Amino acid sequence: MTRYNAWSLLKQGFAGQRGWTAAWRSPEPKSRYDVVIVGGGGHGLATAYYLAKNHGVRNVALLEKGWLGGGNTGRNTTIVRSNYYYPQSAALYDFSLRLYEGLARELNYNIMLSQRGVVNVLHSRHDMEGAARWVGAMNANGIDAELLTPRQVQERVPLLDVSPRARYPVWGGFEQRRGGTARHDAVAWGYARAASALGVDIIQGCELQGFRREGNGRVTAVETSRGTIAADAFGMAVAGHSTVVAAMGGFRLPVSSYALQAFVTEPLKPVLDTVMLSFGTGMYISQSDKGGLVIGGGLDHYLSYAQRGNMPVIRHVLGAVADQLPALGRVRLARQWAGIVDVVHDSSPILGETPVPGLFINCGWGTGGFKAIPVGGWMLAHHIATGRPHDIAAPFALSRFLSGALIDEAAASGIPH
Amino acid sequence: MLLIPCPWCGPRDEIEFHCGGQSHLARPEPWHAVDDATWGDYLFTRDNPKGLHLERWSHAAGCRRWFNVARDTVSHHILATYRMGEPVPEALQRELAAAAPRGAS
Amino acid sequence: MSALRLPSGGEVDRARPLRFRFDGRDLRGFAGDTLASALLANGVRVMGRSFKYHRPRGLLAAGVEEPNALVQVGEGALSTPNLRATEVELYDGLVARAVNCWPSARLDVGALLRPLERFIPAGFYYKSLMWPDWHWFEGAIRRAAGLGRVAGVPDPSRYESRYAHCDVLVVGAGPAGLEAAVEAAARGERVLLCEQEPRIGGCLLWERREVTGPVLDGEAARDWIAARLAQLQACPDVQVATRTTALGHFDHGALTLVERVAEHLGPQAPAQLPRQRLWQVRAGRVVLATGALERPLVFPGNDRPGVMLATGVRRYLGEFAVRAGERVVIFTNNDAAYATAAVLRASGGAVVAIVDTRTTPGDASLALAAAADARVLRGAAIVATHGDPALRAVTVRDATGRRERLEADLLAMSGGFSPTAHLFSQAGGTLQWDAASLQFRPAGGAASVTAVGDAAGVETPIEPCWRVEAPGKAFVDFQNDVTVDDVELAAREGFVSIEHLKRYTTLGMAPDQGKTANVNGLALLGSMTGREPGQVGATRHRFPYTPVALGAIAGRRRGELFHPVRRLPLHDWHAAHGAAFDEYGGWMRPAQYPRPGESRVAAEQREALAVRDGVGLFDASPLGKIEVVGPDAAAFLDRIYANAMSTVQVGRLRYGLMLSELGVVIDDGVAARLADDRFLVGTTSGGAARIAAMLEEWLQCEWTGLRVLVAPVTTRTAVLTLTGPAARRVLETVGTDFPLAADAFPHMTFREGAVGGVPARVFRVSFTGELSYEINVPNSAAAGLWQQLMDAGAAHGITPVGIEAWMLLRTEKGYLHVGADTDGTTAPDDIGWGHVLRRDVDFVGRRSLTRPENRRADRHQLVGLEPLDGAALPVGSHLRSTAAQRGSEGYVTSSGFSPTLQRWVALAMLRAGRARHGETVTVLHGAQPLRARVTAPGSYDPQGERLRG
Ligand SMILES: Cc1cc2nc3c(=O)[nH]c(=O)nc-3n(C[C@H](O)[C@H](O)[C@H](O)COP(=O)(O)OP(=O)(O)OC[C@H]3O[C@@H](n4cnc5c(N)ncnc54)[C@H](O)[C@@H]3O)c2cc1C
Ligand SMILES: [Zn+2]
Repeated sequence: MTRYNAWSLLKQGFAGQRGWTAAWRSPEPKSRYDVVIVGGGGHGLATAYYLAKNHGVRNVALLEKGWLGGGNTGRNTTIVRSNYYYPQSAALYDFSLRLYEGLARELNYNIMLSQRGVVNVLHSRHDMEGAARWVGAMNANGIDAELLTPRQVQERVPLLDVSPRARYPVWGGFEQRRGGTARHDAVAWGYARAASALGVDIIQGCELQGFRREGNGRVTAVETSRGTIAADAFGMAVAGHSTVVAAMGGFRLPVSSYALQAFVTEPLKPVLDTVMLSFGTGMYISQSDKGGLVIGGGLDHYLSYAQRGNMPVIRHVLGAVADQLPALGRVRLARQWAGIVDVVHDSSPILGETPVPGLFINCGWGTGGFKAIPVGGWMLAHHIATGRPHDIAAPFALSRFLSGALIDEAAASGIPH
Repeated sequence: MLLIPCPWCGPRDEIEFHCGGQSHLARPEPWHAVDDATWGDYLFTRDNPKGLHLERWSHAAGCRRWFNVARDTVSHHILATYRMGEPVPEALQRELAAAAPRGAS
Repeated sequence: MSALRLPSGGEVDRARPLRFRFDGRDLRGFAGDTLASALLANGVRVMGRSFKYHRPRGLLAAGVEEPNALVQVGEGALSTPNLRATEVELYDGLVARAVNCWPSARLDVGALLRPLERFIPAGFYYKSLMWPDWHWFEGAIRRAAGLGRVAGVPDPSRYESRYAHCDVLVVGAGPAGLEAAVEAAARGERVLLCEQEPRIGGCLLWERREVTGPVLDGEAARDWIAARLAQLQACPDVQVATRTTALGHFDHGALTLVERVAEHLGPQAPAQLPRQRLWQVRAGRVVLATGALERPLVFPGNDRPGVMLATGVRRYLGEFAVRAGERVVIFTNNDAAYATAAVLRASGGAVVAIVDTRTTPGDASLALAAAADARVLRGAAIVATHGDPALRAVTVRDATGRRERLEADLLAMSGGFSPTAHLFSQAGGTLQWDAASLQFRPAGGAASVTAVGDAAGVETPIEPCWRVEAPGKAFVDFQNDVTVDDVELAAREGFVSIEHLKRYTTLGMAPDQGKTANVNGLALLGSMTGREPGQVGATRHRFPYTPVALGAIAGRRRGELFHPVRRLPLHDWHAAHGAAFDEYGGWMRPAQYPRPGESRVAAEQREALAVRDGVGLFDASPLGKIEVVGPDAAAFLDRIYANAMSTVQVGRLRYGLMLSELGVVIDDGVAARLADDRFLVGTTSGGAARIAAMLEEWLQCEWTGLRVLVAPVTTRTAVLTLTGPAARRVLETVGTDFPLAADAFPHMTFREGAVGGVPARVFRVSFTGELSYEINVPNSAAAGLWQQLMDAGAAHGITPVGIEAWMLLRTEKGYLHVGADTDGTTAPDDIGWGHVLRRDVDFVGRRSLTRPENRRADRHQLVGLEPLDGAALPVGSHLRSTAAQRGSEGYVTSSGFSPTLQRWVALAMLRAGRARHGETVTVLHGAQPLRARVTAPGSYDPQGERLRG
C-alpha cells in the first residue's frame, strides 16, 4: 500500500499519476472465513477494520450488495458530534468522536474532519430550559458544551434572522465546539483501504440472500449472490435493510425504514462557518468545503425503501431555510436525494446479539449513525472477537425492548443529523 | 406525493393524511396475562417489509376517519384502500402469503 | 471582434436595443437576447473561470446544459449567484459579473495556480493535507472554493405557488411537444404544456426540421408553430406555460414545475408580479418532449473558449442571429453536425474543415459539406487547440497520423446525443443503452410517462469516439473540471462503480448534474475497464432537473405563513394592555403585561403577588377541551386515563393523568362529567390536538365496539380564569345566577349559568393554589365579560396575569406541568401517582408499568428543592449528592423566585427522590456549586386551605 502524503503526491505529479494502485483489493470470495460482515457501509467497514486491527482477526470477508458506501454512509449530511443527553449515549458517541479526531492519521486517509462546531438554535423559554438541562448533562458527563446568547448565535450564523419579528425568534443557542462534519465517502474508503491492507477481503456486488443454520440454530454460512460462504461468526450492519436480513434469519427487529432526505445548493463563497440546527423547524444546514450548503430536516412520513423522498418534506425543510436564513432565498437547490434509515423507537442503536446464535448486529442508528461509524465498528468487532459486549455497548442490547430500559434520546436527538 | 383514495372521500393529496403505521394490530390482553416479550413486541416491533405493507392512515384534514391502505414500500403504489374493520382483500392475502419471509433453513 | 450579429433573421427585436454591463464593460444587445447570446454578439469569449483550475471558459452551449458561463446577476439585495448566462434573458440595465474570478474573467488572479494542476488530480485531498492537520488547510480551500456570492441581506423577492391538475402534462414545446399537445387537446383532454424557454417552438426556432411532411425552415417553421399554438389556444382546457421548467417527477403523477414570472424583467418588473412561481401538478400522464442534449467530444484543449457544441452554434445562429465565429472547424463522430456547416456557410461564415472521426460519413452529410465548401477529414481527430485565452487554431491528426494546423476561431463539436429523459428516470423508468445509436433511451418502468421526439432517442448515424488519445488535458466534466486523466486515475484506483467514479472525481456532481458529462464519463470508465456503457450503468437522475431557488420552493410560506400561529379571542385586549407575547404550543399568549419601564421579570413578580394578595385574571383559552359523548363514554375514559373516571358524579370534576402505551405520562387535566353519558375532557393546551386525535384512533382502530363520539371543542370557547382570595367577591360583583358560597359551589365542581349576563360554564379548579374560577364563555362574549371582570375587580386590585406568573404560582404550589416536570420517560409513580398501579383494570399504558424498568428503585422522582445558599436554582441544573461525584442524579425542572415566600422555589427530578426528603444535594450551576434541601414538591400552603376556601 503506497502511503498517502504530500511527497507521494508530488512524485506522482511528475509521473502523470500513473503509479497509484487500487485503494482496496477486490478478490473473489473464498468459501470460508473466520468472520463474515454483511453490509459495506461505514459500520460494516469499520467492523472489519477493527476486527483485524484490534483483535488480529484478519481472515474476514466484508460483503456489500452494491458498492461500498452506497447506503446511508454515502448519502448523509456528515455531521459529527457527541452532544447526547444520557450517560450511556454520551459514552458511546464521545468514544466515536475521539476516534474520529485521530482517524485521518490512523487510516492514512484524509477524512476531512472539520470541527467547526454544531450550534443548536433555541426559539422559546421551553427550548432554553431544555438546553440548559442538556448542556448540564453533557458537562456532568465530561463533554464540552456551552450555552450561547442570541448575540453569540448571531455571530456564529450571521445570516440567521434574529429579529423579534422572526417566525422563530432566537432566544439563544448551545454549541458543541468539537462537533462538525467529515467527508462521508472518505470515511468509507479510508476504512476499506486500511482493512484491505490488513487482509480483509472486500467483496462488492455480493448480496446476502439467506442463512444456513445447523440443528441448534447457529448460523454456519451465508448464501449470497456470489455463492455460499461459511464462517464462525457473522456480523450485520445493513441499516435500512436490517429487518429484511433479519427475516432471512427468521426473526423480527424493532426497526422501521424511512426515507430521510438531504439537499445541496449550488456552490457559494463562504457564508456559514458552523453547523446550524433549529429546534423550531428541525432544519439544519452547513456549508461544505466545495461551497454548497448541505441541508437536512425530518423524516418522510411513512415507511419507504425508495431512496427518493417527497415534496411535502422538501417544502418544509427548504421553506425553513428561506424563512430562517432569508438571505438564502435566491440561492438555488442543486440536488436532492434520500437514504433509507433504520428508525428505532428510542432513537438509539441496537448492538450485540440477535436471537440467532452466531449472528451479531449493529443497526438502528436511524438518522444519526455517521458520527458513530468508528464506535459502531469498534463495538461490533469487540463483541464478535471476544464473545462479550464491550461495556459501552452493553446498554444498547436488543433486550432493552423487553425490560423497558430504553435510552430515549428523542429529547436529545429528535432532530435528524 | 402520494394520491390516496380515502374510502369515504375519494382520492386526495398526501398532505391531508396522517400515517399511523402498521394496521391490523392486535393489542395483547388481558394485561396481567401478557408477558414482557409479547408486550415489548406489541410496543416496538412492527412489520417493515420491502414490498407490500398494510398500514393505517387517517384522513386528518378531511373526514378524520381511519382506514387501511395496502401500499408497496418500494414503488409507493397503493394497491387498495379499505375501511377499518374490513378484512384484508383476498388478492392481497395471497400476495402477502407469497412474500412471507423465508424461515431458518 | 470575431463574433457577429447577422443583419437579419432570428428572434431578436432589432428595434429594441438594450444596454447591459458585464464585468464592468458596457455593452448592447437586443430584446429577445439571452445574456449569453448578447455577450457572444459583442465578441466576449471568456465568460468565466473554471471551478478548480481557474481555466478561462467561454460558452459551450446555448441552453440549460451550459456548464461554463456562470454569472452573478443583479445588484444589492437582488444580486443572484450562479445563473447560467444562457438562461438569463436580457433586460435594459442588466448588470452581471463572471463568478469564481477576480478581478474579472479575463484577468483572474486565481489562474496563477494553474502550474500546480498536475499535482492536484482528482481526490488529491484524500491523500494529503493531513499533516499536521486538515484544519491548517481547510480555511484556504474553503475560500478558494465556491462560485457566486450571497448578497447577505434578506431576499426581497416574492414567490408564489399554485396547484394544477391535468390529464396530460406535456413537457417541452418543440415540434414533438406541440404535436402531442394538439393531439391530446383534440381528444378533449385537459392539457398543460410547459416550456422552459420564453418562446414556444423548441428547435424549430433554429433548426431545419422535418416535422410531419416537408422540412420546415424559417417562415414555414414559424407558421407551423403559430398554427399549433392557435389550435391550442382555441381549446378551453389547454394551458400553455412558457418560462416554466419541469423540475421533478414524484409519486403518483405529481410533478413540480417552476415558472419564472417576472425574473426576466429585472428590477423594473411590476411589483404585483412574483419573481417565480412553483407549480405542483397532478397529471394523469406525462409526455416528455424534452429533446436531447448534445455531448461534447473529449480531446485535449476541448475547454478553450471558442470550442462549442454544434447545436449551440446553430442555435445562436438561428434563434439569436449570432454567428459564433468566422472561421469554423467542425469536429464530429456523427452526421448531425454536418448541418452546422450548411447553416454557417449560408450565413456567410467560412467552414474550414469538417473533422470526422469516422471513415464513412453519410452521403447526405457529404453533400452538405460539399455545398458548404468544407473539406472533410475522415478518420481524423483534433489533438490540440491553440489560442490564449480564446481559440485561434486547432491541430488535426488525420487517418494516417499526419498533423495539420488549421486556423479557426470557432470549433463546433458533436459527440452524439443524450435524450433528455431526466424526468423519466425520476419517475422510476429505466434508461437503456442503445449500442447502435450510442445513447441511453427511455425504456419502460414508468407507465404513465412517454417520451416523444428526440427525448425518445436521436436517430443519426454515429460511431463511438469517447476520447481522442493525445497528450494534454481533455475535459469530461467542464463544470467540475474533471479530465480524462481523472477518470483514468479513478479506474486505476478501483473506483470502477459509476457512483464511485462520480464521488471520487466529482464528475456529474456540479449543479448541472453532469448534463453534458455523465455519458462521456461512464463510457470512458467502461472503455478503461472493459465494459459497455450499458454495463457500467447510468446514475439515477435527481430532483431538480435544473437548479431552483429556495425562495421558490418556500413560496409564500415564510414568516408567519411558514407555520401560522394562533391568536386568542382576546388578543386585541391583551395587546392594547401592554402584553408581551410569546408563542406557547402554537398560540401567541401574553407572557407578562409589563408596565412602561418595567422589566419582564418584575412584571411576573408583580402579577404573581397580585394573585396571592388579591385577584388576577388569566386568559386560559387554549386549554384543551374535548367532548366525549355516548353510552360508553365513562368506560372509554376509564381506559384512557390512568385513574378512574366512571366514578365521577355528574356535576363534579376530577383531575386525571393520561399515559402512552409505554406507560409514560403524556398529558394531564381536569375532566368534567356533564351528564351520565357526557364528559368534557380537559387537556394541556399543547396536548389539545394530539389527545383528540389519540382518542379517535383508539375508538376507530382498537375499541371499535364502544359507542362514543369525540368532538374537540377547544376553540369554541374562551376561558377566563379568575384567581386569588378576592375572586369570589369579584364574581359576586359581576353577578351570577347560581350561588357562589363555598358550600354551594365547592372546589372540584362546576356550574352552568349566567355570569355577568353571559351564558357560561364555570369550573372551580385551581392551578395557582388560590380560590379560582375557570369561566368558559363563547368567544363572542369573551371580551365583554373580561372587561366586566376587570371593572368589578378594580376595587381589589385585579391584575391581568401572564403565563409566566401563572407558571411561577404553580411552581410555588408544587403542581406538575407536563412537559416541563415530566419528559418522555416519566411514569405515574415518578410523580407520586403510584396508586394507579392498584387499579386492576386495563388502561392505556397499564401493562408497561409492570416492566422491570418501571419497578427500579432508583427512578427519578419529583421533589421540591429549598435553596440553602439563597441563590437561584435555574431550570436544567443538575443535582449530585456531592460535588465531587461524577454524572448526574437529577435536575431542576421548574424554578422561580417566589415573591410571596421571598426565596427561590424549585421542583426537581431526583433519583429515588421521595425517600430523600430532608437530604442536602449539590446543584451544579456555574463555577460555584450550590446546595439545596430536598423537600416534598410544593412550598406554598401545603394543606391547600386557600384553594378550598
Ligand atoms: C439524508 C441522510 C442524512 C444523514 N445525516 C447524518 C448526519 O449528518 N450525521 C450522522 O451521524 N448520521 C447521519 N445520517 C445517518 C447515517 O448516514 C447512517 O446512520 C449511517 O451511515 C449508517 O451506516 P451503516 O454502515 O450502518 O449503513 P449503510 O451505510 O446504509 O450501509 C449498509 C450497507 O448494507 C448493504 N446491504 C443491505 N442489504 C444487504 C444484503 N442483503 N447483502 C449485502 N449488503 C447489503 C447496503 O447496500 C449498504 O451499503 C444520515 C442519513 C441520511 C439518509
Ligand atoms: Zn376522507
